[in-house]
Amino acid sequence: MPLSLNVRAVIVSLIFLVAFIGLWHLGTLPDMAKKAYADPAYAALMGGATPAKSGIPSPGMVWHTAVTNLSNPFYSNGPNDKGVGLQLAYSLGRVLIGFFLAILIGVPLGFVIGMSPLMRKALNPYIQIMKPISPLAWMPLALYTIKDASFSSIFVIFISSIWPILINTAHGVSSVRQDWLNVARTLEVNPIRTAFRVILPAAAPTILTGMRISMGIAWLVIVAAEMLVGGTGIGYYVWNAWNNLDLSNVIFAIFVIGAVGMLLDMILGVVAKLVTYQE
Amino acid sequence: MSQPFLKVEGLKKVFPGVEGGTGVTVFEDIHFGFEKGEFVCIIGHSGCGKSTILNVLAGLDSASAGNVFMNGREVSGPSLDRGVVFQSHALMPWLTVIQNVAFAVTSRWPEWSREQVHIQCRKYLELVGLGHALNKKPHQLSGGMKQRVGIARAFAIEPKMLLMDEPFGALDALTRGVIQDELVRICSATQQTVFMITHDVDEAILLADKIVLMSNGPEAKIAEIVENPLARPRMRAIIHHEADFYPLRNHLVDFLVTRSKRIAEGHLPDDYDPVHPPLVRPTTRSELLVAKVG
Ligand SMILES: Nc1ncnc2c1ncn2[C@@H]1O[C@H](COP(=O)(O)OP(=O)(O)OP(=O)(O)O)[C@@H](O)[C@H]1O
Ligand SMILES: [Mg+2]
Repeated sequence: MPLSLNVRAVIVSLIFLVAFIGLWHLGTLPDMAKKAYADPAYAALMGGATPAKSGIPSPGMVWHTAVTNLSNPFYSNGPNDKGVGLQLAYSLGRVLIGFFLAILIGVPLGFVIGMSPLMRKALNPYIQIMKPISPLAWMPLALYTIKDASFSSIFVIFISSIWPILINTAHGVSSVRQDWLNVARTLEVNPIRTAFRVILPAAAPTILTGMRISMGIAWLVIVAAEMLVGGTGIGYYVWNAWNNLDLSNVIFAIFVIGAVGMLLDMILGVVAKLVTYQE
Repeated sequence: MSQPFLKVEGLKKVFPGVEGGTGVTVFEDIHFGFEKGEFVCIIGHSGCGKSTILNVLAGLDSASAGNVFMNGREVSGPSLDRGVVFQSHALMPWLTVIQNVAFAVTSRWPEWSREQVHIQCRKYLELVGLGHALNKKPHQLSGGMKQRVGIARAFAIEPKMLLMDEPFGALDALTRGVIQDELVRICSATQQTVFMITHDVDEAILLADKIVLMSNGPEAKIAEIVENPLARPRMRAIIHHEADFYPLRNHLVDFLVTRSKRIAEGHLPDDYDPVHPPLVRPTTRSELLVAKVG
């Protein structure tokens, strides 16, 4: 009996996983690592007679690091030694604050732009110029004006995640079917009620798509921003691990960043599903 | 003579031309009126401006000149007094069937309790035979069912007048027949005043007490107003056996096939007066009994 597509997909996925870990394991066997770092000058530069230790860690080592870190994720031994959970919480906090600020401003502004052709034309040049600016380019200006690393990171998240929300909201609002608006008009529905009961639900799937893009960008940007400003956060955690030449921890952090990013997207995906309608 | 319930006076619509060119006069000098409880159909070729007239009556569009009065009051915008059934049903896909109707009912009576709203919605959805589909989403319904929800929504606010733009255009003949029967039943039960656009001569004969004939555009005119000689209640199953059915039907088809075009070319009767378009009542006894309104 043929297996269902889902079951087959899971099997193939698992095969890839095993192959990947297997190759990784083979590539990091001690004698292989020795060969890779056989150059004595490089070994000396890396400061040790134990090249296997400073080479790429094996899956087992990363697993060990992960277990140790995850068994006590929230400890804090001073500024340079905090648990991964605590650092993640800092990053998530900044991302969520910046993201919700972007929603708070982007959605109403998108409504105005979507409803008013005048505002659309007037604001379009600014949006087109602001949109392609790398969010990190704002960082010096933010640090100078805000004078606080944490708030600067939040500002950078805000400025990078507002554009997809703004543009998608405006697009969703301006393409609400005229029929539905006419229904509201013939029922003498006031503008506020029309906005909340007709335009918002009609545009919600498009708005949610914008939010998903924004969240993706925000999570990309926070790591870079925290590497830049330091202090706390998962980005700083990676940077700190790199400075300690603790590659196991770097790889572990990479997996954590990927997993959390996926989780954030999944949460928004569930919300998107709730507001999506079938015509 | 007293004012009719609905009165259209000197209506004209000009759509602006492209790039500042002279506009297109879709129609002008449109005059007609009808009484409370009447079912009026308007027939004319595609593009003559029927939808435009209906949108002006609804208040969704404004005329370039002329006025519309309902109950002696000028129509200047959309109103809950005029329910509209849209050609494309215009149901909100994120709401269930009953929520779609409830949106209209709560707009009409904001002070009503949920219980009252629910009762009103149920009543009209049951009237159109959808009592079993209250909690379905529009995409789970067939085309005919969606159209019936649209009709229930318009009826549920108990408007003084119902406006329908080709409500059955997208339906197959069988479904259309079923809904027409329901419409006949509901309208005679509620004494509803209806203004409806149709392309279907048989539909007009079945439903309408008065049929407004529009000549081809541009600069379309009301060629004449035909009174239906067949008395209510008209039954779809037996209507074509009535003696006056074929004179009426032939008259309408003749108009659509030949006369609407000839009138557009300027072949109007010498005594044609746009303010009082000819009133016609085709029957077997008198081939054409032409009278003047007013
Ligand atoms: N927004 C507009 N701008 C310019 N011209 C328009 C506009 N809307 C309609 N028209 C023109 O006005 C005329 C009448 O349009 P309308 O939709 O009222 O026709 P109709 O009689 O309802 O036709 P149909 O039977 O095909 O629905 C058409 O010739 C159309 O080209
Ligand atoms: Mg039309």
